[in-house]
Amino acid sequence: MKTQFNIAIAFLSGFIMILAFFSANPGIVNFSQNLLTWVTIVGGISLLLGIVSILKVNLKAIQARGKDWIFKLVLVLFVLGMSVCGIIWGIEEKTPFDWLFQNIQSPMMSTMFSILAFFIASAAYRAFRARTLEATILLITAIIVMLGRTPLGQAIWDKLPTYADWIMAYPNLAVQRGIIIGAALGAAAMSLRILLGIERTYMG
Amino acid sequence: MRKRKIVSLPIILISFFIDLQPALATVPESTPLFRVDRFNILVLFIVFCAVVLLYIRSARKGKEFFIRKINGLEAIEEGVGRATEMGRPVLFIPGIDELDEIQTIAGLSILSRVAKITAQYSTPLMVPVNYPLVLAAAQESIKGAYLDAGKGDDYKPEMAQYVAGEQFAFVAAVHGIMHRDKPATNVYMGAFYAESLLLAEEGQASGAIQIAGTANPEQLPFFIAACDYTLMGEELFAASSYLSKEPLMLGSLKGQDWMKILLVICILLGVIFETLNIGGGFFYKLFIEH
Repeated sequence: MKTQFNIAIAFLSGFIMILAFFSANPGIVNFSQNLLTWVTIVGGISLLLGIVSILKVNLKAIQARGKDWIFKLVLVLFVLGMSVCGIIWGIEEKTPFDWLFQNIQSPMMSTMFSILAFFIASAAYRAFRARTLEATILLITAIIVMLGRTPLGQAIWDKLPTYADWIMAYPNLAVQRGIIIGAALGAAAMSLRILLGIERTYMG
Repeated sequence: MRKRKIVSLPIILISFFIDLQPALATVPESTPLFRVDRFNILVLFIVFCAVVLLYIRSARKGKEFFIRKINGLEAIEEGVGRATEMGRPVLFIPGIDELDEIQTIAGLSILSRVAKITAQYSTPLMVPVNYPLVLAAAQESIKGAYLDAGKGDDYKPEMAQYVAGEQFAFVAAVHGIMHRDKPATNVYMGAFYAESLLLAEEGQASGAIQIAGTANPEQLPFFIAACDYTLMGEELFAASSYLSKEPLMLGSLKGQDWMKILLVICILLGVIFETLNIGGGFFYKLFIEH
């Protein structure tokens, strides 16, 4: 009964969205927009679920003095600290919440993103080792594209940017489009399986 | 719980109706019911549904379908076996997008299959997520898989945990898990963005077997460079059917393949007709203009 109910809701919601896509009727379109608003509201409320999950898992580890429990304590303190700051003083500029965000959270996220440069170098080193014919073709192509996109490449040979653009606009785009068409059909088939209740593993 | 859900059905239906009433009342009489500019998509949609449903019907009648081998999916059981032998957990990430993203649902479907294998082998499973709704769905998925495997008692809600809502905070949390718990197998299935290489390279450095799958073409090179197996685009959506081996699911895959052939024919015809300037731009109007 529980599964049937979930499938019925999934079918009804999906059917309304399909109807709204093909219909010009403002009633149906507005209704579908309202459904999307419902999704946003449900998503917002479910944040509480996330906070409960974080506190439950980490408090348990702190109580048990598990491995690296001190980091979990810092996490819990900041989850509660930022929430309290946000509730009491708001989240506008020059509030404690904003200070914590600008001076702690934001630099930490930038640091994580900047690590990407090093990871790209190590991944490129592994991918571009010319061990096979395919890897060698990949290496040559990568050299042309990378040099062609820098002033140095143009200084070496003025036609290099043209070849780099050609590789990106034709062979690369053709493969990307092939993957996108395949993925779009796969997504459509999966949506159909969900609407018909054939695919139900995601419901448990 | 069940009673509460049965009671809530009429409430939802009534609120649907109430919600629709004022909107319908304000509709001008001249408003067309159908968007003519989307007629081509409607035709494609109907053909697609018909082909898929036809193959599902054949599958229901007992017809067997051949599906090519997907190495990445074959490696999942091998990866879980490796984790069991090493006494380490399996890490599964169902992407970093919300539940309304179809790739996340595909990821959760694969999670269900992976959880069934980890339940059979009694291997610890860790599923960090960055959206609370995905957390709830992941917990249900894992619970269902453990019950199916007859290991309901081994299920713990903490197997799936919400670690962070921000993209790079999520990456930092997953890096922490990789350092502390040293998972032997990492499975990334779903929608990934700039964090794909950050996750996969860290996993590679920790010595884990890595299997990834995404339909975001920009992230595929990163996964290919850093993971042992990568599912590309449609393979992600086919994974659940492939792992389940259920005829109904496989039937829909076959229908999808026929649709692909039809599209290839359309593209070829379009190229020929437009190059030779035949048909008064029919294909251009069909695919480009609308």
